[in-house]
Amino acid sequence: MEFVILLGTPLLGALTLGFFGGRRWAPGANVGLSLVTFLAACALTSRIVAHGNLLVAREQFFIDAFNVFLVTLTAFVGLTTSLFSRPYMRIEAEHGRISARQLRLYHSMYQLFMATMLIALTTNNMGLMWVAMEAATLSTVLLVTLYRTPASLEAGWKYFILCGVGISQALFGTILMYFAAEKILGSEGVSALLWTHLNAVKGQLEPAVLGLAFVFLLVGYGTKVGLAPLHNWLPDAHAEGPTPISAVLSGLLLNVAMYAVVRCKVLVEGSLQSSLPGRMMMGFGLLSVVLAAFFLWRQRDVKRLFAYSSIEHMGIIAFAFGMGGPVANFAALLHMTVHSLTKSSIFFAVGHAAQKAGSQLMDNIRGLITVNPTLGWGLMMGTLAILGMPPFGVFASEFLILTTAMKQQPWATPILLLALGVAFAAIFGRVQSMVFGDTSAKRLPHPPALVPVFAHLGLVLMLGFFIPPYLADWYRAAARLIGGE
Amino acid sequence: MKALPWDLQLLNTLAALLLLLSFAMLSQRRIVSLVNLLAMQGALLCIATLLLAWRTGSHHLYVSAALTLGLKVIFLPWLLHRLIRRLGVYWDTEPLLNIAGTMMVGVLVVIFAFGLAQPISALASTATRNSIGIAVAVILIAFLTMITRRKAMSQVVGFLSMENGLFFGAMSATYGMPMVVELGVALDVLVAMLVLGVFFFQIREQFDSLDLKHFESLKEEQ
Repeated sequence: MEFVILLGTPLLGALTLGFFGGRRWAPGANVGLSLVTFLAACALTSRIVAHGNLLVAREQFFIDAFNVFLVTLTAFVGLTTSLFSRPYMRIEAEHGRISARQLRLYHSMYQLFMATMLIALTTNNMGLMWVAMEAATLSTVLLVTLYRTPASLEAGWKYFILCGVGISQALFGTILMYFAAEKILGSEGVSALLWTHLNAVKGQLEPAVLGLAFVFLLVGYGTKVGLAPLHNWLPDAHAEGPTPISAVLSGLLLNVAMYAVVRCKVLVEGSLQSSLPGRMMMGFGLLSVVLAAFFLWRQRDVKRLFAYSSIEHMGIIAFAFGMGGPVANFAALLHMTVHSLTKSSIFFAVGHAAQKAGSQLMDNIRGLITVNPTLGWGLMMGTLAILGMPPFGVFASEFLILTTAMKQQPWATPILLLALGVAFAAIFGRVQSMVFGDTSAKRLPHPPALVPVFAHLGLVLMLGFFIPPYLADWYRAAARLIGGE
Repeated sequence: MKALPWDLQLLNTLAALLLLLSFAMLSQRRIVSLVNLLAMQGALLCIATLLLAWRTGSHHLYVSAALTLGLKVIFLPWLLHRLIRRLGVYWDTEPLLNIAGTMMVGVLVVIFAFGLAQPISALASTATRNSIGIAVAVILIAFLTMITRRKAMSQVVGFLSMENGLFFGAMSATYGMPMVVELGVALDVLVAMLVLGVFFFQIREQFDSLDLKHFESLKEEQ
């Protein structure tokens, strides 16, 4: 029941807002729908915690310890982003940057995007997961180009074509996986594509085919994760779309794509009985961390700066999942959570800062602290959190990842530390001059919604001090699951 | 060596023609002809699926043949032709690499594709396992088409041709994916093309052309 509400609400919302999304009450309806989705996700979580895994709709959907926490996280960030987007989009409309028709498109696609991500997370069918991932791209392409500026059209085109090609590779990988599984599970029905069935027989799957399939799956879904060198679309798409979309792309879509990669990795590792998939993920991860850290120096647009920071963090997560083992998996899951919360809160703060300054260029944003101290401190704290300063949660997860790396892959530790240092210097210097100094900002017609910023940062702070026992159990269960036990 | 039954021979011929059409696309610069080639590729795919459906007697292959006919032979080419007329894009500019050079790369790609498909074909139990190499070659050549073209429209045709190759690969390795997935993929392709139609008009409104050379402002040299 909770499950039907969870998927039904955003789908129904997309349809309704497709007709009425331009009305005055539409932003409020958007918040309401997101709230219902979030409540359904909470109910679902408590049910999973109480009764264990859940298989519904003739095994087409499957919820276990791994995806249920991502479902809740997705629904939560979806809710806070809709709260943030209410005043943000009103201001954009009053500045004449978007019309009522565009607002209708925006609200409808926002809900559709949430629905596709939730389907991708909960489906048990590897084919359906592919379909939902592609649908998630398609629902956001027109949002990236919402402002119709030349730069946004270019960003949208890159996003469409690069992710389209990438995801075609993933389809080929899925076909290969089906090919290997069909020999054991038979081609009747969809059994050979169901993750639970594949997981049960993963030891018998043909290793040569699965190895090849993983290359395609990693490249395909890796494009959507934004792993270097397939990351080209990411900074453009994040920078040119409206800020609420940057927040959900960075905070949620990248996580969902990473989830797809990890699901595939579990199967392939079980079949290959070797660490090859893990080593590939570590390689892509390290490359992304290093490349992103150095590209950070060359950015002038604040949203691009934080987009590159997302690539860096996705690299860290891929590296941690690649190392494997209960501690590294635990740290990777924690890092997924705190990155998603912190990065979206930063985008909220940055979005309002850019609206105040009338520009996204960092040179034009000055002295936020004098105009709006709350906003200034929000941005400063978010930045410190994402850079891994204690006592925030990002510090805890990065510390765990680094210490595990020291034990398991000592050669990688100096590279990671160097990249983190470079990223720190690049981001901190820029943000400091944006927050302090003389001001260039102006007043806005609507007060910004800063509650989401501090709600997220509060959670990240809490995760740094103390992870509630049920949450820790849950992470451990998911980490074991990914470890293939 | 025993002669192959006639239907398998026909299937192999169709596969070879599919690859030939990929090469034709690689060298074609007139966008209208490019779309026609794509439609022909779809038609070949449809015939091959029908033949295979008849041979194996599986019902879902008939459905997927009908899907191919409706989507790839009739609707998408019609949509693309309409877009070409409305937008007035008829020719692609000189490709990034000259045509002879591209063809040479294409040949190398085919050799690579057969090497890649070797282990899969060796394990496959389907009658059509020899075509897996061709399917991989079609995918990679479509990829090459996308890389070497400048016009948005040609890149889209390359994208759809890649989709054809994927479909053919799934068919020859496993007699097609389960119905749910095939329907989902078809739906995604359909929506992608509709989104693209909207998108093209936005691009033209901004730039008065569909040439991607305008798309160079977001490079990292800033």
